[in-house]
Amino acid sequence: MKTLLSYNELSAAIEQLAQRLNGNHPDINDVVFMGVQQGGVVVANEIVAVLEKLRPGQKIKYGQLDITFYRDDIRKEILAPDTMHIPFGIENKIVVLIDDVLFTGRTIKAALDALLDYGRPAKVELCVLIDRKEHRQFPIQADYVGATIETSKTDKVKLINNEVVLVGN
Amino acid sequence: MQLSTRHLLGIKNLTREDISLILSTAEQFKEVLQRPVKKVPSLRDVTIVNLFYENSTRTRFSFELAEKRLSADTINFAASSSSAAKGETLLDTVNNILSMKVDMVVMRHSASGAPHFLSQHIPAAIINAGDGINEHPTQALLDAFSIKEKTGSLEGRKVAIIGDIMHSRVAQSNIYLLNKMGAKVTVCGPPTLIPKYISEALGVMVNYNLKETLEWCDVANVLRIQLERQNQVLFSSLREYSLAYGINRQLLDSLHKEIVIMHPGPINRGVELDSDVADSKQSIILQQVENGVAVRMAVLYLLANRNN
Repeated sequence: MKTLLSYNELSAAIEQLAQRLNGNHPDINDVVFMGVQQGGVVVANEIVAVLEKLRPGQKIKYGQLDITFYRDDIRKEILAPDTMHIPFGIENKIVVLIDDVLFTGRTIKAALDALLDYGRPAKVELCVLIDRKEHRQFPIQADYVGATIETSKTDKVKLINNEVVLVGN
Repeated sequence: MQLSTRHLLGIKNLTREDISLILSTAEQFKEVLQRPVKKVPSLRDVTIVNLFYENSTRTRFSFELAEKRLSADTINFAASSSSAAKGETLLDTVNNILSMKVDMVVMRHSASGAPHFLSQHIPAAIINAGDGINEHPTQALLDAFSIKEKTGSLEGRKVAIIGDIMHSRVAQSNIYLLNKMGAKVTVCGPPTLIPKYISEALGVMVNYNLKETLEWCDVANVLRIQLERQNQVLFSSLREYSLAYGINRQLLDSLHKEIVIMHPGPINRGVELDSDVADSKQSIILQQVENGVAVRMAVLYLLANRNN
């Protein structure tokens, strides 16, 4: 295991993402934040915690999106689903999807499919902690990126114990 | 995470882990059913045949809806309007259907063991939707899901199964499942409708007294008197059955606690359940039907690609 982002670097990246999200959305009532299960939820929890400090007294709408039933590799492998928790309408809202690692883009494609079953948002933005830019298989780019990391295709990048690590294959 | 089996033939050959996986997956599908778009694309390349050799409203609709909510393609077969009426054998019928590239078979048959027989001869995944007096596994799973949802857990829960235990596949599947999940089961009904060695064979308690049984249980699963499965008369009349084993408001109010009432449907109103019980807030009969779709989605989803 090789550490790509230390705890301090990770905290700084989260802080910076939250600051930019805060600055770009003066009216936070129009915005809903959505962590993608499972890694994205960990990152989203942190980002939302920072946002709540930046906007004291304001209610941040935050949900969790599970993409299990929307995966395109469902014929290869059955996965048990995680919790879907969207306790608000997304109709005409700005939805900020939050994920840990943007790799092939397939997860985000599935997340968009899942999201649209809940309504028609005004706009969808993508916020990721790590961008593995050179391995995209779909035309999907993030609006907010914590760090861009060069990796080989077979690498596995994971968020473990508050550090971003490269797991050996 | 996957099931230990390729088919769902009965609860008997499921593990505790299988049951837990189906129930937890069903919770997520129940959420799907509350959304504005009540449909997911999970099984969009799967074709399912619903093979019903015996009449059914609830179970057939429930399976069909579950399949459609998962985006599967479905075809329906009813024995009465098919070539089975011309004398084609079960295996020939199924092989002909499978040659049209069908992936899964949902099957109801009046002969116990029909889906087990089929599973030894065909490659498709088979889901038993009720076979004779043997098992009705998805009913037991949706009953368990409903008990868990209403009361919090299955472990240690006291469940009474009341009525025609002898001819009931629902009772048998429920007993297997509740035993595996750590619930306690008492069966109750006239001695002629309860198999003699059931407590040794299946590890349940037997009580012929309805009031005592209701006083003991947290949940009463009331079965339908199945007149179509009785070759001989096992009780004098429906009226007599109703007097001894029918549940009415007065009886429920005389208990020292509030119990949950379940029924797999269709209800014989005024026989095993009075209307003021079936339609009361203690009854979760319609929730059972609602949960049935989510539970069947979970079963179909978890078995869908086990053949590759």
